[in-house]
Amino acid sequence: MNSPVKVHSFHGGIHPPENKRQSTGAPISAAPIPSRIVLPLQQHIGLPADPVVNIGDRVLKGQLVAEAIGRISANIHASTSGTVVAIEPHAVPHMSGMPSDCMIIEADGLDEWVEHQGLEDYTSLPKPELIEYIRQSGIAGMGGAGFPTDVKLHLGDDHIVNTLIINAAECEPYITADDMLMRERADQILGGIEIIAHLLKPLHIMVGIEDNKPQAIRALHEALDDSSLNIDIVIIPTKYPSGGEKQLIKLLTGVEVPSGKIPADVGIVCQNIGTTTAIYRAVKYGEPLISRIVTITGDAAGHQQNLEVRLGTLFKDLLDHTEAERDQLYRLVVGGPMMGITVDNEEIPVIKTTNCLIAGTSIEMPPQPPAQACIRCGMCEQVCPAELLPQQLYWFAKGREFDKASHHNLFDCIECGACSYVCPSNIPLVQYYRFAKGEIRKEQEEQRKADHARLRFEARQDRLEREKIEKEERRKARAEEAAKAQAARKDAALTKAAAPAAEKASGVPDLKQLKSNAAIARTKLKKAEKALTNAQEKGLDGIDALQATVEQLQQKCDAAQKAYDDAQKAPAAPAKPALDIKQLKTNAAVARTKLKKAEKQLLAAEESGSDDVDSLKAQVAELQQKSATAEAAFKAAESGTTAPTAAAPAIDTTELEADIKAMQAKVDKAEAAWKAAVESESPAADKMAAGVDKLKGKLKDLQDELAKAQASRSQASNSQSGSTPAAPAVDTSELKADIQAMQGKVEKAEAAWKKAVESESPAASKMAEGVEKLKGKLKNLQDELAKAQASSAPAAPAIDTSELEADIQAMQGKVEKAEAAWKKAVESESPAAAKMAEGVEKLKGKLKDLQDELAEAKASVAPAAPAIDTSELEADVQVIQGKVEKAEAAWKKAVESESPAADKMAAGVEKLKGKLKELQDELAQAKGANQPAAEPTSEPTPEPLDMKALKQQVSIMRTKLKKAEKQRAESDNTDPALDAEIEQLKQRHDEAKAALDAAEAELIAAAAKEGIDLKQLKIDAALARAEVTKAERALSKVEDASDTSELEAALVAAKTQADQLSATLERFTE
Amino acid sequence: MSAILIAILVLLGLGLVFGILLGYSSIRFKVEGNPLVDQVDSLLPQTQCGQCGHPGCRPYAEAIVNCDEAINKCPPGGQSTIEALADLLDVEALPLDGDHDEDPVKAVAYIREDECIGCTKCIQACPVDAILGAAKQMHTVITSECTGCDLCVEPCPVDCIDMLPIETTPNSWAWPQPKPGVELIATDRSPGIALEGKA
Repeated sequence: MNSPVKVHSFHGGIHPPENKRQSTGAPISAAPIPSRIVLPLQQHIGLPADPVVNIGDRVLKGQLVAEAIGRISANIHASTSGTVVAIEPHAVPHMSGMPSDCMIIEADGLDEWVEHQGLEDYTSLPKPELIEYIRQSGIAGMGGAGFPTDVKLHLGDDHIVNTLIINAAECEPYITADDMLMRERADQILGGIEIIAHLLKPLHIMVGIEDNKPQAIRALHEALDDSSLNIDIVIIPTKYPSGGEKQLIKLLTGVEVPSGKIPADVGIVCQNIGTTTAIYRAVKYGEPLISRIVTITGDAAGHQQNLEVRLGTLFKDLLDHTEAERDQLYRLVVGGPMMGITVDNEEIPVIKTTNCLIAGTSIEMPPQPPAQACIRCGMCEQVCPAELLPQQLYWFAKGREFDKASHHNLFDCIECGACSYVCPSNIPLVQYYRFAKGEIRKEQEEQRKADHARLRFEARQDRLEREKIEKEERRKARAEEAAKAQAARKDAALTKAAAPAAEKASGVPDLKQLKSNAAIARTKLKKAEKALTNAQEKGLDGIDALQATVEQLQQKCDAAQKAYDDAQKAPAAPAKPALDIKQLKTNAAVARTKLKKAEKQLLAAEESGSDDVDSLKAQVAELQQKSATAEAAFKAAESGTTAPTAAAPAIDTTELEADIKAMQAKVDKAEAAWKAAVESESPAADKMAAGVDKLKGKLKDLQDELAKAQASRSQASNSQSGSTPAAPAVDTSELKADIQAMQGKVEKAEAAWKKAVESESPAASKMAEGVEKLKGKLKNLQDELAKAQASSAPAAPAIDTSELEADIQAMQGKVEKAEAAWKKAVESESPAAAKMAEGVEKLKGKLKDLQDELAEAKASVAPAAPAIDTSELEADVQVIQGKVEKAEAAWKKAVESESPAADKMAAGVEKLKGKLKELQDELAQAKGANQPAAEPTSEPTPEPLDMKALKQQVSIMRTKLKKAEKQRAESDNTDPALDAEIEQLKQRHDEAKAALDAAEAELIAAAAKEGIDLKQLKIDAALARAEVTKAERALSKVEDASDTSELEAALVAAKTQADQLSATLERFTE
Repeated sequence: MSAILIAILVLLGLGLVFGILLGYSSIRFKVEGNPLVDQVDSLLPQTQCGQCGHPGCRPYAEAIVNCDEAINKCPPGGQSTIEALADLLDVEALPLDGDHDEDPVKAVAYIREDECIGCTKCIQACPVDAILGAAKQMHTVITSECTGCDLCVEPCPVDCIDMLPIETTPNSWAWPQPKPGVELIATDRSPGIALEGKA
């Protein structure tokens, strides 16, 4: 009563009718044990608790049934003994009226306590443990907000708490729960305050209590007399809403809690009086928070009183207990009339924050009258305890200008309802504020989510970008590597193929191309002409067009022919002055035939009376002229042949002639020597016989060799004949080679014969015969050569370097042999040594000449010279190999017979082997060089199993074909060569494709044999399932029975399919 | 004559001084990027759904700032976003473009997991990496990360993704807007009461 504390005041406030007297008449009585307890898992601010018992478990009174999750949460205990029957959504006292998860316990009526025990001396316990003990009891603020109490008790840890305020104001009308509690259990309240004070150690403890509760004030004072605590009981004037936390602080201390802060920030902690009792009971008796005092009031509530109610008791049970008049009941309100919520369901349980239940009649709580327009009276501003501008906030909320509402401190509104209470227009202002707050919170939440999504989106974009760059880099690296590898390959190929490729590219193929062009043009022309005559005979339409085509073709043909002739003349001129007689002959023949045809056409045209007889006549005249010129050219060429034959291959023939002459001289000499030997009957007959035998064997070998060489030569020439326009040239070179070989043989035979003669062998006569035979052969060959030259000499191409090289090689062989023979002769002190030395000298000179010639020829013809023919090389290699073999055989024999020449022979064999090696290397190189050039033209090698290769081939063919077609499309005049190429490519493409198709078909067949693909099956099954769900949805959408049968059928079909597929799938997976 | 000269010189001098000042400040206080784009972007709901016709929220923000794109093309943002944009850009707020719902229902993707074949197509489609899974493994949506853009629904080959509306819980519930004060006569609100009263 004698409070030393100065009571301040807060702005605004109202004085609604108190209506507290009705429920204070009777003392607190215990509510009966309900048959069913419904415990919402969330009865507090924060996260809902997590059930720790299962459905069907028997729980005892005070047993923990749901555990707090996280910092801000509270335990929940069973409020009576019984069985957990369900954990399910149930109606709860919430403004939304939405159900939320509840634990439903079927009470057994025994009300059997779990084993529990209070703390004997809580002061001996460390504070954190004591707070944890209180937390375990599940105590949350019982004033209305339900903030977990242990959190508030921890405030002493990081805040300086100098004032503890116990809120006993209970300003809302009707509610008397705290009043009755103070009247009856003041000692418990003080005990609770002691515990809180022990934990927070405040300098000052105040109990704020409104002056409309004198009995409670007296009871508190009485209790305080027995307590050692220094508590100020501050009596404050009755005014709504002095029980609000911030308002009470303002009243008791004059301090205003800043906007957006909590009282602890200004050193103050507030606790509700009910909470203190709960803390006391928890610490003293170990009883968790399982019951609370609830005021049952309102005109329809029957016996209006305060009841100690177990948490989870349904309103229905309470109203039944107080014998509420249900017919009078108009509105059921949970909490006070100002801030409580109206519920339309009695199946709602009492929770930790339920302090009052008002069963109002329609007179007591009439429906809210309809809202009128705001008249800007400003009364709301005058009563607002938070000193806000309710009217402004109303406009902002209504106009959805939430930013402005926020700027007007909407969130400082405590939703006390004072403004609505005084509003003359009955505007539900608080609802507008609640709506605005909700919208702003939603927006903030969305903004937070959007920011989060943006972060994730940007992170993803970065990641994708990074991956792209990495991929690109990898690709580049790979491409570089591939390019390097290719370049290396190309370099290798180039070094090998440099010479032949370069040579091939020039001159020769051009000529060939031109020739084929000309040929194609001619064929086309002929066809067109035929068509024209046909058309003319039958008198069809479109003759003009045909004629135009024919003319065009003729022009083209002429142009092609001319180009070919020009090209032929130009490169041929320096090499051979004469024209190709054969070509000229054919030209002349062609011209003649053309002329004849044209004449025939003219006749036909004249007979059919065609209009263009004149043009045909002109054509005929032209052709006649052409024919004449062609024939003239042919004749001129023919007459001039003799001179060029002498001039062009002059070098070869003169040389050969000289050779032949020398040979003949030798033969003559040998014959003379032989005759002398026979006459003098030499004693060396035996040796000579053996030597002659050997020589015969050698001769035989040589003949075989010659045959082989000829065979390979002819092969080579065959392969060349396709590509070289002047085929007969090869023949002559072959003949020449034959002659040379023959000459070599003759020489050898002569040498042997000479030896024989020297040693006076009896076989000399036989040898003489052999020499004669050989000479005859040589003569024949020479004749043949002459003939060949006569017929085709002018057509002979530029001097063949390869031929020259062969000559040189043969010459070298000769020189070597001659040298060997000479040495032998010197060793055996033969009288023929001097002569032999001369021969060797001569041969060397010849070799020199040949080499010079080769150098010249190479210098002059190098670009035009064809690629080194591998077949030729191969033949060379074979020849050398034969030689090596023979030489080895000879050497072995010599070793056996202990000949003194064995050492030398060994050296010779070595030399030959070296040569062979060289040739083989050369051959390998030539082949390597030829291959890359040969590849593109060669037929695609069929690899039926390698699908990839086949596919590649097909695509390559396609691209080539496309390129060629494109080329054709680009060039206006249809190039016949291109057409031909395209035809060819098409054919190849078709071939490759056919191969690919065959291979694919094979693969598919193989796959089918292997069985059903599991993966495919899985996907099929999933798709089938999707189909079923779709069908189901469609069916559910239709509903109205008319055409469901169809849909049902579809559904059944889909289901059976899905079942089948999944059955197969299962079989496979199992 | 000298007076004119002086005036010209003074003006030239002033121009020079302010020119230097402006030039310096344009370098010294240079702002990287366009801050307006960032502001607009921060107002957009970041669902990255592409319903505006742009590939994400930021491109739409850039289009609004740079190409005069209309501000009413964001269905997920709804009217409040349009108003915020109008406020920021000082233009008139327009009603939402096209035939979108006035108040779009927020939804999250849900994968019916026993039907998922693990094709990863939805993972690739998700702009915020809110779908978890691997090839041939079942996928699932991280609900808290899902923006409800429904870009994952289309690519699913077995149609096992549903867009489920987010259910309101007591915790996420908010007060509805009170009905405007048009019920001037008591009987307007509930004719039943009036009739009962008469009876």
